[in-house]
Amino acid sequence: MPVEITMPALSPTMEAGNLSKWFVKEGDKINPGDIIAEIETDKATMEIEAVDEGVLARIIFPDGTQGIKVNSVIALLVEEDRDVKDIAEISAPQEPKVLKVATNLSVNAMMLSDVKKEIRVFSSPLARRLAAKADIDIASIPGSGPHGRVVKSDVESMIKLRDHSSVPEIEEHCTPPLAHSNDAILKLFTPGEYTIIPHNGMRKTIARRLVESKQTVPHFYVTIDCELDALLELRLSINKAAPMKKTDDASIPTYKISINDMIVKSVALALKEIPDANVSWLDSGVLRHICVDIGVAVAIPNGLITPIVRHADEKSLQTISNEMKSLVKRARQRKLKPAEYQGGSTAISNMGMFGVKEFSAILNPPQATIFAIGSGEKRVLVKDDAIKAVTVMSVTISVDHRVIDGALAAELAQTFRRLIENPLTILI
Amino acid sequence: MSGIYDIIVIGSGPGGYVAAVRAAQLGFRTAIVEREHLGGICLNWGCIPTKALLRSAEIKHLAEHIKEYGLKLEGSISADIKAIVARSRRVSGRLNNGINLLMKKNKINLIWGEAKLVRAATSGQLAKIIVGNSSKLAMEPQHPIPKEVLGEGIYEAKHIIVATGACPKTLPGMEPDGNLIWSYFEAMIPKTIPKSLVIVGSGAIGIEFASFYRSMGSEVTVIEVLAQIMPLEDAEISAFAHKQLEKRGIRILTRAQIDRVDKGGHFVTVYIEVDGKMQTISAERLISAVGVQGNIANIGLEILGVKTERGCIIVDEWGCTNVSGIYAIGDVTGPPMLAHKAEEEGVICIEKIVGLKTVRSLDKDKIPGCIYCMPQLASVGLTEAKAREIGYDIRIGRYSFAVNGKAIALGEDQGFVKIIFDKKNGQLLGAHMVGAEVTELIQGFVIAMNLETTEEELMHTVFPHPTLSEMMKESVLNAYGIALNA
Repeated sequence: MPVEITMPALSPTMEAGNLSKWFVKEGDKINPGDIIAEIETDKATMEIEAVDEGVLARIIFPDGTQGIKVNSVIALLVEEDRDVKDIAEISAPQEPKVLKVATNLSVNAMMLSDVKKEIRVFSSPLARRLAAKADIDIASIPGSGPHGRVVKSDVESMIKLRDHSSVPEIEEHCTPPLAHSNDAILKLFTPGEYTIIPHNGMRKTIARRLVESKQTVPHFYVTIDCELDALLELRLSINKAAPMKKTDDASIPTYKISINDMIVKSVALALKEIPDANVSWLDSGVLRHICVDIGVAVAIPNGLITPIVRHADEKSLQTISNEMKSLVKRARQRKLKPAEYQGGSTAISNMGMFGVKEFSAILNPPQATIFAIGSGEKRVLVKDDAIKAVTVMSVTISVDHRVIDGALAAELAQTFRRLIENPLTILI
Repeated sequence: MSGIYDIIVIGSGPGGYVAAVRAAQLGFRTAIVEREHLGGICLNWGCIPTKALLRSAEIKHLAEHIKEYGLKLEGSISADIKAIVARSRRVSGRLNNGINLLMKKNKINLIWGEAKLVRAATSGQLAKIIVGNSSKLAMEPQHPIPKEVLGEGIYEAKHIIVATGACPKTLPGMEPDGNLIWSYFEAMIPKTIPKSLVIVGSGAIGIEFASFYRSMGSEVTVIEVLAQIMPLEDAEISAFAHKQLEKRGIRILTRAQIDRVDKGGHFVTVYIEVDGKMQTISAERLISAVGVQGNIANIGLEILGVKTERGCIIVDEWGCTNVSGIYAIGDVTGPPMLAHKAEEEGVICIEKIVGLKTVRSLDKDKIPGCIYCMPQLASVGLTEAKAREIGYDIRIGRYSFAVNGKAIALGEDQGFVKIIFDKKNGQLLGAHMVGAEVTELIQGFVIAMNLETTEEELMHTVFPHPTLSEMMKESVLNAYGIALNA
């Protein structure tokens, strides 16, 4: 069973990326954390780190491929112990998904009219009226009529999609108040030198909730460096020891724990140990959670969603790992049920795989903490008066000061670091 | 003979010949099979020749009222039925010949005979038909068979489109006999005008013949089993037409169940039950106009296992049957059995085969229908009853011919326009008209519907004055309580 390496979403809005360069070639041995390729979007260039170990069996998209859709398989990895001869047998997935660049501007509903400075959308009068009644921007609806004209059935399917999508409740007028009006912003730029991508429901929800959080929740931040070598080593041996399971044509390990799974477990245990930090602010008092339910931020095309691992403190690494895989998969297919992403007593946002050193996340109320995980990188440290290369990961906890004070947050950070640096304790 | 094509169309009615032309336009090697008459029933025994007959009736009607227009006619006006029929055949013949020219111009091979499907298009094999002599006795008079046609033999194609159309339904005891009992075939070429006539069925065919024969001087009785004549039309429109037809002297019996039909030497006697009471009506002729049914027999559907249901071939939105390489369009695929529906299906079927990106399936809710009696009827979309049944909250607008300048000037002040909107969002759900020339007006609303206009755009549209079409706009205004000329 080859492991698929896919085009990552470098931002919640990213749809496709260009593969600018591979740093490894077919047949190379790869370790977790190795930088294997460079991906480029319209916004940035990023390096991809290997998450799994193995031998790079096949490169699907060569250097310089443009417009590879997010989540397309870009390379295949096989188990280290597998005979490299087998590599040739691994077939490429059918139909690599390369995004076609739209050249026909007349079908692009997002074209701007210079004269009117408003979005020119071909649509039927009835479609416009239905969209207005449903509070949907007509420009956000793909048209199926001649030359991309938006017709009644398009609006109806958009309404259906909205009503059945897994996006949290969308309220009317959920657009947050703007510091500047649209017109004031558009005036700053030259007509014709930009395009406007209309908001979808999820984007509006993200905007509304985060504005609300940043404006009403007093955040403060605690950053701590954790040494990762012990954890990486433990992970390797845990995964190596995985019993094999026979399937029809191969035998595969029964589990494969990721670094993220171990972080989830560590956060859960840290909060269990510091119950005063496993809380939420209520106007009437402090809500103390008995269990630890952890939301894990997952980037999906055009948005972001945080499925919840419930009772993570009580679950084994293997259970957490399997649950995460299923949640992430369904999150990307937008098939999560509201119960699977609503609630949660804390959250984790992990950008380590993108090479981010450290960052601060915005709280998702009523959660009082969120752990922002940076990448594990080799740093030179002085230990026992000697210079040593150590793998270090920076973690920043954002905290709701209404319910958690500085000292308590520091204690939580320390506990978390202790668990990460003594990973055997998370197995108990 | 034999031949290999990309596309073979079976049947040259409006659906079939249009499909063939579109196929040829798109570069397909195309052949069309016809056993009887180019242009099908529509052009030879339906839409077109009846319009010619009805035109004679209309002119006769005008001539009879010529005084009202300040004109004097010395002598009297009378119908020469032989000449009227001859004109109708000439009109048909001209178009029939036109189809032949169209086929030539588009380099479509014409295969003369009756086709039978014998093989589907399966892996690597073309679909196949055998063309033999027609098993059907052709209705005379026939237009001459075109020269340079291919004959009996085996023909193969990647895609075969069944466009065999429909034929009159018959009820037991009312089988057309060419003498006392007529189908539309005989009714179209009368040698004399019967003094009395019973027409069974009040659909478009029955009512058009009732209108024609009444104009020609026959005593006409229409028998309809349902409560409403022209049962598919909006009840209000139908009721208005009912009254107008009765004013013209046509006797109409609704909820009339036929018990039996007795044929005498010169008369047919129909025993009917109306509201529990038995009645008899005798007439020189009876026209059976109880509907049409798909031509699905003897074309090899059963050999290939093509699925049918209630006398029609089952197809998807693109005309595909359950058998690969075999398609069907038009009347043979079921209602509405209308030439313009068949034409559109033919084009869609071909464009889908080519894979044109612009191809769109047919929205059957937006197909207009016209009936050419006096007064004319035209409609598109939902009737009021149907709209209510579906659960729409509706808004209705009406406007009468009696207050339209052009209608009054024409001397045609009887009729009205009725329009139905969805109250919630202004969607145009249906439009129904009765009165002079409404068959030429309806297309305005059909376009509006297809472009998904709401009442607002219609209100902002300038209609030319003075025209009958102004009534369309006024009906829209009336639906919103702001009609200006009422």
